[in-house]
Parts: sequence; structure tokens; C-alpha cells
Amino acid sequence: MAKKLMKGNEALAAAAIAAGATHFFGYPITPQSELIEYMAREMPKAGGCFLQAESEVAASYMVYGAGGAGARVITSTSSPGLALKQEGLTYMVAAQIPAVVINVSRGGPGLGNILPQQSDYFMCTRGGGNGDYYHPCFAPASVQECADLVTEAFDIADKYRMPVLILADGLIGQMMEPVEIKEATEKPIDKPWAADGGHVKRGEHNRINAMILPADGLEELNHVIQAKLKDYSENYVRYEAIDVEDADIVLVAYGTPSRACKNVLKKAKEEGLKFGLIRPISLYPFPKEAFDKINPNCKAIISVEQSCGQMIEDIRLSVLGKFPIKFFGRTGGNPIIPDAVYSYAKEVLGGKA
Amino acid sequence: MLEQVLVAGFGGQGVLRIGQMIAYAGFAEGKEVTWAPSYGPEMRGGTANCSVVISDEEIGAAQVLEANSVIVMNLPSLHKFEDTVIPGGKLFINSSIIKEKSKRDDITVYYVDAQEKAEELGNSRGANMVILGAYAKATQTVTLESLYDLVKQTFTGDKAKFVDSNIACIKAGAEMV
Amino acid sequence: MAVVYKKSPALTDAPLSFCPGCTHGIIHKLVAENLVELGVFDRAVGVAPVGCAALSDYFFACDMYVAAHGRAPAVATGQKRVHPDNFVFTYQGDGDLASIGTAEVVHAAHRGEKISTIFVNNAIYGMTGGQMAPTTLVGQKASTAPYGRSEEHCGKPIRIAEMIATIEGAKFVERVSTDTPANVRKAKKAIRRAFECQIQGKGYALVEVLSTCPTNWGYTPAGAMTWLQENMIPYYPLGNFKDFE
Repeated sequence: MAKKLMKGNEALAAAAIAAGATHFFGYPITPQSELIEYMAREMPKAGGCFLQAESEVAASYMVYGAGGAGARVITSTSSPGLALKQEGLTYMVAAQIPAVVINVSRGGPGLGNILPQQSDYFMCTRGGGNGDYYHPCFAPASVQECADLVTEAFDIADKYRMPVLILADGLIGQMMEPVEIKEATEKPIDKPWAADGGHVKRGEHNRINAMILPADGLEELNHVIQAKLKDYSENYVRYEAIDVEDADIVLVAYGTPSRACKNVLKKAKEEGLKFGLIRPISLYPFPKEAFDKINPNCKAIISVEQSCGQMIEDIRLSVLGKFPIKFFGRTGGNPIIPDAVYSYAKEVLGGKA
Repeated sequence: MLEQVLVAGFGGQGVLRIGQMIAYAGFAEGKEVTWAPSYGPEMRGGTANCSVVISDEEIGAAQVLEANSVIVMNLPSLHKFEDTVIPGGKLFINSSIIKEKSKRDDITVYYVDAQEKAEELGNSRGANMVILGAYAKATQTVTLESLYDLVKQTFTGDKAKFVDSNIACIKAGAEMV
Repeated sequence: MAVVYKKSPALTDAPLSFCPGCTHGIIHKLVAENLVELGVFDRAVGVAPVGCAALSDYFFACDMYVAAHGRAPAVATGQKRVHPDNFVFTYQGDGDLASIGTAEVVHAAHRGEKISTIFVNNAIYGMTGGQMAPTTLVGQKASTAPYGRSEEHCGKPIRIAEMIATIEGAKFVERVSTDTPANVRKAKKAIRRAFECQIQGKGYALVEVLSTCPTNWGYTPAGAMTWLQENMIPYYPLGNFKDFE
């Protein structure tokens, strides 16, 4: 498909259909409405099923039902809606159901507002429901990356039988950039475990179940989940690192704030300062190895987030005290302004902050 | 080349459309582009603005906080975004409804009687196209031909009748600067 | 020797986990027999609830899901939308369907999902140990209504069949009971009709089955049947509320 200008929300949806998603279940919420509207318009044309659920909770169980039946299924929402979907997510992890879940995040806590914010980092990277689990989480920083990560997310979900989450912020959902929607390359894999009514032919019935009463049985399931996550974490670490090998200051940012940080790097270079950037693309697993490449004499690492500081905890765990860690954040939906980051970074460099 | 544009006005004035036309034209000319709206609960009548960045290189921030060019379609937008223009930059004012003058003396200000001109051309909803033409001519960011092509691609079928009047507005705007 | 009775092939050999005197076993049998007799067993998919029937995925021999509490109609919706040719049923209790799952059941009915729901109403939360349900009768004692359900405090019990019957997308709704052999036969017929509603593509169908919980009610199995007859049937009248042509 040729490149064209698309909103991030539309690109996420278009890429899902191109990747062979046949079912979408969702509930309207700003700022992801273009996504659900695109699906309502385009999914039937592609021969798939779009269904507006009565709530985010119901949508997540329609996904559970459709994913469990073997379909490539996707749902999308924004922050408060994802909080409601967490019940379905932990059930999907336990029942080992593949699905792609998109969070076009907005301001919180509570109803918050509809402006872009990154305060769902914990909810998206820590396994936001009950029980011991994580699930893959990607954070695109461009419209093209939105599309590419959705394509890949379906393959990962099928391969590991897990929900895969894409955390896009409200700005990337709304903004337009040139994008090429790629057709799926990998063939959908067989799903002999699915509840598709094939029990007579199969000779046994499949059970899609998130409950295991015996202690040993549930422990075994937990070990299976952890083993999948370990394998996944070894193969799907994604990040972009710029100029970190000789940087005096390293900024760390994901999503659209990382783009503001690229402006900062440019300005620093013009003024002869050595700044670097680590942009995590996979938030779970967090790209710890990127931090091993940092100049050992680096003065400080600055976590730049549109939140009160959540990713900074993963940075601490990655750096383990090797470098001082500072924080620059805006919240409420206020943008990360490159000049403000630059001024703060210079203060840090000068030992004043 | 790095052009950062901010377009602001009332919802319904076609503000987002101006930005999209600049972005689409830049895209058609092979440049890197981003278009980012401010978005809010107001659907009509509220303030609306959008950021457009056009560059030869990878684009960083898509939200324009310091603009090479600002287009304002109403008075509150002039007050809010006048200071966003960098020294030496350009400010386009829809003087049909903005009667104040800019207080900046370190930038080039274009007073475009956009609404008046559009009505004169029989296209009362074409003020945004007039000021777009003025912008394109004055900044040379995108060519007028690219904009004409876009208009032709946008209005097809039943709407093809709007092609000529929109092109006329763009052309007239270009002649006003 | 001639076989005069055998277990339905739609049930597995797993021993049922229900308490003595509970009628879930009967209801499982009625569902299973209908699946086979209507010729849909080989394309059936069931959705079990949370509650006493949460282990039904072991008992029904077709492909099965276990949903989260109350979410079975949403899970069934997702399944059926992927495989419209499957025969899909949910099997839910009253804590599941009438309390936490009201939104899901109402909207499955409202969309006219081509699924069938067996709703087992025993006026109490069974598996969790006898807590009050929205279906618990006024005056009836439960572990979270130790002085008996008070109308002043938490209202009168909800009548699900009547409510669902008001929804356009629901095409068959009936309330039956398992207290006598005659009523069991009627229950089987109602379930058959509900299944035919789906097979014929008419829309959503629900059969509410009044059931007993001797363990949590504190009666013998026979005493529980009497209590159902004397207390539940007067409040939850048996009969058909909606049928299709």
C-alpha cells in the first residue's frame, strides 16, 4: 500500500485489518473515537465484524470469547476504559487467549480529561489486573510505528497466546503523518486449542478457562505464563538509543514526549552539549540493556514523562545506582516543551538541579 | 528546511482544514510532515487550533510551540498566539473579523481581508482558502499548484462544483500578499 | 439386555460436583439431552458462569468456556460472532446473571444475540456459601442477610424472566421449575424451545429454571423442594412470557 497521511487512530485500525484482524469489540471514549469509527466503517467492508459493546467490561469479554474461538481480535479504549478492561485482561492471560488491546491514553486520575497524558504506564506495564502476570506492552512514537507495532502485536499474541497491549498517547492518536500500511506477512497459525465447536471431530472438548482450583495446577499455569514471558522478554526488547555512548546527559522518553526530546538533542548539539536519548519502544519488557551503553562518565539520566513519574522506576531498576536519575514531567495534559526540558537539563548538567 | 505553522480560530472556520491542506501539500511535494490538532470537548464554536510541521528531516515534536508562521482567524486566537511567532516569522491575520493590529514589530504581519474576499468571489465559506493562498505565496512552503491539485482531489463527484470557487479563493489570497 | 436409559453423550464421565438434593444435575441433563436430540451437540459451545456451575466445563462434553462472574453472555457473543454456525449457550446462576451480570444479559438480549441462556435461580449465592442474591426472597435468611432479607433495606427480589421478556431482541422467555417430574418434563420442553429459537435464527432466548439449594437454605433435599413450591413459585410464577412463531 502506498504511503498516505493518516491519523494515528486510523493507522492503528487500518493496520489491524491489514494484519488479518476479523473482529473488533469496543466502547466509545475520547480520544480513541476515530479508531472505533474507522473499525465500524471498514471492518464490514473487509468481511469482518465490528460490534459496539455495552461497556468496556463487556467488550473485553467479547474479545475473550472471540479470541478463545480462534479469531484475530482487537479492542481499543482510552485510560478509564482500560481500567475497566483489566478484569478481562487478567482472564485472557490466565485462559491464554491471544488479543491485541490498544490504549490511546488520556489524562487522569479519575475521569481526568481527554488531553494526552502518560500516567497509565504502571497500569499498562505491571499487569493491571489481579494475579501474577505481565503482558507485552509497546509504545509507538510515530504514526508509522503505530501501524507497524499493531501488525507485529498480532503475531506475538498468537505465538504466545497472550494479550498484547499498545500504549499510544492521545496526541499520536490524533495527529496525522505519512504512513504505509503493510499487509500481513506471516500466515495465521493454527489454533487447535480454540473453542470452535470442533469437539466431535477432535475427539475431546476444549476448555477455555481462567480458573484452576488445585494448588499444583494453578502453580503450573503460573509457571507456564512466566516461562512465556521470559522467552518473550528475551526476544522482543525494542528501543532507540541516540548518542548515549558519549553523552553527558541522557534523556529517557517514550511516545510523543520522545519527539520533543529529539528537538532537545538537536538544540544541545547546536550549542556543543552532549545529550543522548533512550526511547523505549517496548515498555514491557523494559529495555534495560540500552542503559549499559551509556557513557560511564554521564552526569545524569533524566526521565521525561507526561506524568508525575512512573517510568522512572524502571529506569532506577535498570541503572541500579550507577548514575544520578532526575525527573522532568508535566501532567494534566500539558505538553512537554523542548525548551523547558533543555533548560532543566542544563541546570542538571551545571549541578543546579 | 523546517517550517512550523500554527493555525487558530473558531471551530467551524475551517482552521483544521487549512492545516491539513498545508500538510497534504507538503506530503505531496515529498517532505516530512506532521499535523496535530488541539482537541477538546467543543465541537462547534469553540476555539480550534492545529500544528503543522514540514521538514526535510525526521520531525521531532509535532505540537508547535514556537512557530515560523501563525495564521489566526479570530481575535482570541490573535491574543493567544501572537507571541508564538519567532522573531522574523510571519503572522497572517484574518482582518475581515479581526480589527486589532498586531503589537509585534519584529515579524512580518499580513492583514488578509479573507472573509470579504471570499464573499466577493461568491464563496462565503472560503475565507480559510483565501488565507491559505496568502500563506502559501508569502512563505513558499508549498506551491499553489499543490494546493490546486489537492482541491481537485478533495472535491469529486457531486462536490466537483466546488473546485473552481475554492481555487479562485486560494488564487485571490495569493494575490493579496 | 436392552438399554432403557443412559447418560447423554453430551455429558462427560466426570462426576458432578453438586451437593446432594441440588437440581443443577437435572438441569445439566436436560440441556445435554436437548443438545443431542436437536442434533446440535456436534457444533455446540457452552459458556459456564462463576458459581456452582463454574465446573460445568468439565461436565459438558462440547467445547466450553468459563467466563468471569456475570460475563457469560459477552463471551458467548464473541464466540458466536466468530462462528455463527455454532450453537452457543450460557449456563448461569442468579448471583452471576441477576446481580453482577445484568448489563451483559440485558444487552445480549437487546442485540438479539443468537444464543440461549439457561438461568438457574435458587434464590441464593450457592458456591460462595449462602450469601444474599438479588433473587433472595423477602424474609429469607442468608449469610449476608442474617436477619432475613428486608424489603425496606434492599428491596424486593428481581424477576429476570419478566424483565428480559420486555426486550425486543429476546424472542423466547419462559420460567420453569424442577420440583416435580411433571415440571422437569416442562423444563426440558422449554429448553428445547429456547434452543430451537437459536437454531431458527430468531434471536435471544432465556429459560429461568427455579432450583433448590438444600445446603445453604438449611433443608433436606425433600424439604427444599417443598420450600421452593411454597415460597418461590408464588413469587416467581411459572409460565411462558414470550414465544416465537
